[in-house]
Amino acid sequence: MIPRPRPERFRLRRTMMFMNAQKPGLIKDAYIYGVDSIMLDLEDAVAENQKDSARFSLYHALKTIDYGETEVIVRINGLDTPHWQEDIRVCVAGGADGIRIAKCESANDVKTVEAAVEKAEEEFGVEKGRTLLMAALESPKGILNAYEICAASERMFGVAISGGDFRKCMQTTPQRDGIDMVTARGLMLIAARAAGVQCFDTVFTNLDDNEGFIAEVMQNKAMGFDGKSLINPKQIRPVHEIFTPTEKEVIQAEKIVRAVRENAAKGLGVFTVDGKMIDIAFLPGAERTLRLARACGMYEGDLV
Amino acid sequence: MINKVGRDIPDFLLKDGKEVYQGKNYMDGKYIQKASPRTRRYEKPQESKIAESIVKALKDCGAKSGMTFSFHHHLRDGDFVVNMVMKAAIEELGLDNLTIAATSLGSAHDPIADYIEQGKVVGIQTSGIRGRMGEVVSAGKLKTPAIIRSHGGRPRAIEGGEVHIDIAFIAAPTSDCVGNCRGIGGKSNCGSMGYAMTDAKYADHVVVITDCLVDFPNMPASVEAIDVDAVVVVDSIGNPKKIASAAARISQNPRDLMMAENVAKVIASTPYFKEGFSFQTGVGGPSLAANLFLEKYMDEREIKMGWAIGGICGPMVELLKKGKVGKVIDVQDFDLDAVNSINQTPNHFEMSASQYANPANKGAFVNKLDFVVLAALEIDTGFNVNVLTGSDGVLRGAPGGHPDTAAGSKCCIIVTPLVRGRMATVCEHVVTVTTPGDCVDVLVTDYGIAVNPLRQDLVKCLDDAGIKHVSIEELKNKAYSLVGRPEDLQWEDKVVAVLEARDGTILDVVKKIKPYSIN
Amino acid sequence: MEILKPAMAGTLESSDAQVTVEPGDGKIELSLESSVMNQYGKQIKATVLETLDRLGVKSARVTMVDKGALDCTIKARVECAVFRSCGKSESGIPWGGDVR
Repeated sequence: MIPRPRPERFRLRRTMMFMNAQKPGLIKDAYIYGVDSIMLDLEDAVAENQKDSARFSLYHALKTIDYGETEVIVRINGLDTPHWQEDIRVCVAGGADGIRIAKCESANDVKTVEAAVEKAEEEFGVEKGRTLLMAALESPKGILNAYEICAASERMFGVAISGGDFRKCMQTTPQRDGIDMVTARGLMLIAARAAGVQCFDTVFTNLDDNEGFIAEVMQNKAMGFDGKSLINPKQIRPVHEIFTPTEKEVIQAEKIVRAVRENAAKGLGVFTVDGKMIDIAFLPGAERTLRLARACGMYEGDLV
Repeated sequence: MINKVGRDIPDFLLKDGKEVYQGKNYMDGKYIQKASPRTRRYEKPQESKIAESIVKALKDCGAKSGMTFSFHHHLRDGDFVVNMVMKAAIEELGLDNLTIAATSLGSAHDPIADYIEQGKVVGIQTSGIRGRMGEVVSAGKLKTPAIIRSHGGRPRAIEGGEVHIDIAFIAAPTSDCVGNCRGIGGKSNCGSMGYAMTDAKYADHVVVITDCLVDFPNMPASVEAIDVDAVVVVDSIGNPKKIASAAARISQNPRDLMMAENVAKVIASTPYFKEGFSFQTGVGGPSLAANLFLEKYMDEREIKMGWAIGGICGPMVELLKKGKVGKVIDVQDFDLDAVNSINQTPNHFEMSASQYANPANKGAFVNKLDFVVLAALEIDTGFNVNVLTGSDGVLRGAPGGHPDTAAGSKCCIIVTPLVRGRMATVCEHVVTVTTPGDCVDVLVTDYGIAVNPLRQDLVKCLDDAGIKHVSIEELKNKAYSLVGRPEDLQWEDKVVAVLEARDGTILDVVKKIKPYSIN
Repeated sequence: MEILKPAMAGTLESSDAQVTVEPGDGKIELSLESSVMNQYGKQIKATVLETLDRLGVKSARVTMVDKGALDCTIKARVECAVFRSCGKSESGIPWGGDVR
């Protein structure tokens, strides 16, 4: 039995890798590739007549395998299926860090899941509020309700767009420049930032198109995403590399954090760093850069 | 008697000067008396040496019961020749009490298992043994223990007279009518014929078996007519599809790639990684993929590889063609890219097994090697490697050039996943020691890297480069925590195979496994 | 639990195990085939029997074909097969109780 630390609502989540919860060979050590979060899938990857079997497999994996610092999230079946309630029970009993709500369309969906999670926490003697939530937006309605979804629960740490279903609804297919989803991504990002939660992009499924993948990840970073969902370990490293701050960014962030702290001690609210005007509002961003830099192994200081 | 790697070698094997393994380079400086074959004079000019059948060639060479026949394994799993010859000798000529001395044997030779069970084949000397033959030998059905040698150990044993070959059978993709052979130009091409060369020089009789007769002279010849007694032309010497794969593809398996990248990182952290360095890699997933990442470091540091040796396949030929490696010296080819390149691409040369790896000659290539990257079935906390027996104790592998390159190179890196299915690769004691731990320097697994404590210089290299590493015990503990501690195998007393170290001392023995009961 | 009808769980893929349970005649009859029999046969047998015992299965014919599965997978497959045989595998599983 492996005790897992209490999940952190806001942590580094550059990469979330999907794995079929039913495949013992895959889930036994998915953490070795250095992914930030593992997404054990009870939904699409598992055939309809193996949902029960996948839960037994998931339960013992959660209880037996030492995933270390890798976050373990479970994607449960949609609220329109007969499976989601038992999915939630097994996630909570097994001690998953978080649950990904598939096909989420409203704040009400989040609340429905939250109530079931709370009930399960009570049933299995799990600390109330331990199990985090995130929502996958897979339909136009989900995107339009993104803000209320993001803000629906204290357990919510983020939202992700799910490109496959969404593109079908929108009668489009993946485009090289991302035009097919640019509005949806933008709306979701705005909602997430407004609600103060994280935001993740969809999977890139053509494993042979490395160039296209890199281009999409660079666009993700430029748009302000926190991370990306992945389907193969080989996608992890490019994402981490692209999301790694540059040395210049790290030095700048270090200067800002130092300056804010020193000036705050002196009672100064606004000051300049390298000729640029800086105030307290720059602090969270600079700290975030340093935390990211530390996670990427390029910052060893003690400012964060 | 307990040897240097802690294995108990039964006394009955320690006769005629046989010793137990005493550590790396124990035989250095000693003298060896080379054996010479008794060969027939062909003074009168001959138009042709073609014999109408294998039986005829066997008769001409005076084949009789009790003899030792040798074979090479360049046709790999596609080989027809071993079975063809043994069938002719046993079923048509009625010979028995025969010993097969092959450079390696594989599942292509399953039918030989029957001859072992019938007691017709009583001795096996080989590097590799797999399939049914591995099973029947493990079951104790061979009359004498099989003798397993490395690719360098075999020419040493032949040259030193420990193995006397009565008739060498050389499967040849092309030959002319007097026996000049090449590995290319025919329909069952294998490229290099390096493993056949020592056999041809030291056997009393040499029979070439080909399925493609070409005009005299077939030059440049890998095996020369001056050593050949007879040539037999058959329909087919092997299945080309199984001789050389179309192209050895670099693995796309993320686990392999992750390990391969760490191998390259380790290599790049050592002082041997400099202009002109030398390199050998296996063709297993992560070993071969190391090529890819190594090239990246070579480009970054603007250095080139001086030379590469070994079993060769496409990715190395590619590097040669790109001018990133100076010379490729080749004892065996694994894919058509390599087969089609040897002696064709400038600076792609052929060499003999002795030149490659023999510890008793005056300077084999392995002794000049900077790096070798190798796989393992098992590796224990003493860094001893097993590439011969499965973890169930059954013979199903081959030391090949593993012990030779490990001993000769300056930096030997073993790359293997920590566990395979439920089998712990990193373990307390390997089933059989095929490469002693004092020859192994670094272990790269998917769960971490360990450096042999004998190599504190390499520990420092990794530390300086910021490459994390742990003790091999830690890796073993991790493996057991994942799969559980395996039960110890239960053996009977009967020795079924003797594993010679490359220098001829006895490294380990394989015993008959006891039938398992779950209760 | 009482084995009511034959049921199966798991696959023959590497690292997995396929378990079949059938109604028995008053005792546990286990037939085991494993790719790692010599090293782990006894451990696998113990895991299967413990799991059945925890579920209160007293009478069953159990067949397992193991392809190098870890203990956690073996447990999961045995449990699923037993719950399926009782038609109770879809919901209300006693996670952390008899299933642990």
